[in-house]
Amino acid sequence: MTKNYFEVIRPGINTTFQDLGRKNLYHIGIPFSGAMDNRNFILANAISRNKENTPVIEFAYQGPLLKFKGEKVNFNITGNVSFKLIKREEQIEGNCYQNYTLEDGDHLDILSTNNSVYGYLAISGNIDVQFQWNSCSINTKANIGANDGKKIEKDQLIKILDTHSHNSNRKLEYINSKIENIRVIKGTNFNYFSDEGKKIFFEKEFTVTKLTDRMGMRLEGPKIENIVDTNIKSEGIIKGVIQVPADGNPIIMLSDHGTIGGYPKIGVVISSDYDKLVQLPPGSKIKFKEIELSDAEILFKLYEMETQNLVSKIK
Amino acid sequence: MIKNISNLGDAALYCDFGSDVNKEINSKVIKYFKNIKKKEIEGIINLTPSYNKLIISFDLKVTNYNSLKKIIENLELNKTEKLESNIIKIPICCEKEFAFDIKQLEEKLKISETKIYEKFFSKEYFCYMTGFIAGLPFLGDLDLSLKTKRLETPRVKIPKGSVGIAEQFCNIYTFESPGGWNIIGNTPINVFDKTKEKEPNLINPGDTVIFEKISKTQYEKYND
Repeated sequence: MTKNYFEVIRPGINTTFQDLGRKNLYHIGIPFSGAMDNRNFILANAISRNKENTPVIEFAYQGPLLKFKGEKVNFNITGNVSFKLIKREEQIEGNCYQNYTLEDGDHLDILSTNNSVYGYLAISGNIDVQFQWNSCSINTKANIGANDGKKIEKDQLIKILDTHSHNSNRKLEYINSKIENIRVIKGTNFNYFSDEGKKIFFEKEFTVTKLTDRMGMRLEGPKIENIVDTNIKSEGIIKGVIQVPADGNPIIMLSDHGTIGGYPKIGVVISSDYDKLVQLPPGSKIKFKEIELSDAEILFKLYEMETQNLVSKIK
Repeated sequence: MIKNISNLGDAALYCDFGSDVNKEINSKVIKYFKNIKKKEIEGIINLTPSYNKLIISFDLKVTNYNSLKKIIENLELNKTEKLESNIIKIPICCEKEFAFDIKQLEEKLKISETKIYEKFFSKEYFCYMTGFIAGLPFLGDLDLSLKTKRLETPRVKIPKGSVGIAEQFCNIYTFESPGGWNIIGNTPINVFDKTKEKEPNLINPGDTVIFEKISKTQYEKYND
């Protein structure tokens, strides 16, 4: 078998290996991690005809510039991403959700995610990564996962194993839609907040700030007043939980969150809206909309169905 | 024993054991946690025990709130099973270079440094939970005279091994991390080891921790 690998010419801003994440470790302090945008992760592997939980490269804002060495490999990129394929003779402007072939010496330049945050690069084959607790997902805060738990760096080599050369024309017609309202179920400390604070939470606009990463999304807006206590006895957190600390600005916990927290929980983002939430770049305006548990469950079923329909539409 | 079960979002059960923080309530939480973990109930993907709550996260593709709530409400606990509890000794060096906040604590608590350490080292501590960052133990309870608030402005970086106190609890930072606890020393022991996939945590909920004061020389030689 020929050795296929990428040389990292430019690593990008926050480029990591991700899969579906690791389970059953919250009790020792290890979060779920995994691809932030689950649907785009699933689609990337589906287009590449990989198994569902195959490691991919996740990038944020600016992606990597990679030089391919070896025989031949197919790849596709999902999300809303501008990228170029630089071949000896020509340059190709790439389309997302479409397979392309890289040959020895070709460059793949992932320029930017457009009006979004995360994008995914899947290879038809396996990336050579270490697994920790059955997952390659890199958590850079705890240094857990592949690559010693660190971001992908300049000059490092990414080896590709077991390539399979399926139809390189496979593609999907799909455009990521933006979300206007983030739907939320009331949190366990909803009554810690004043009537005015509750009203603000569900009626006013909040802005996503730059202090947002894989751990959490910090928002800014009118202050949400707490009338009981700005601290609770530390307890478990899950992704999507919206905490409001003493300064009155909400923080949404994302995939690499701390497993225990001591701020009141005003709400929890519903599962079906999570993928679209994490794709909101700093500066985005969001509104929260209250929803009942039974409706959230139906919306999740629809979300799952839509993902499966998209997978079946890949041709 | 669970006082109330409610939903935390659409994919987690929030089991409330009460509002007090004590060993008795926490032991109940741990007992439920261990029993549920052992039963490997379909759909459960994470369990987070804390002082007096247990959060059960599940895969919404496999189960939902109402069905899982029924299972947990009708759960038969294995009553004969005793909670495993290890006694773990943790050496701490309290030299000035490690104890960033001791001077401030003297002022805040109005007790001398010697007395603070005397009171701190004279007690055994119970591990209520681990988390926030990987392997970090929440230990208690401190002598009442040592009860203190967190730093007003948390530190951006607290070195690995730092031992901190806040409210009636103490903890050990398992790796460099931001944090707001008052730091009174540092341990050379590795409290979280990611290379040990089965047992990465040295201290687990239900364990007893005994701190032992060591000198700078002992600290330096510890890992030789």
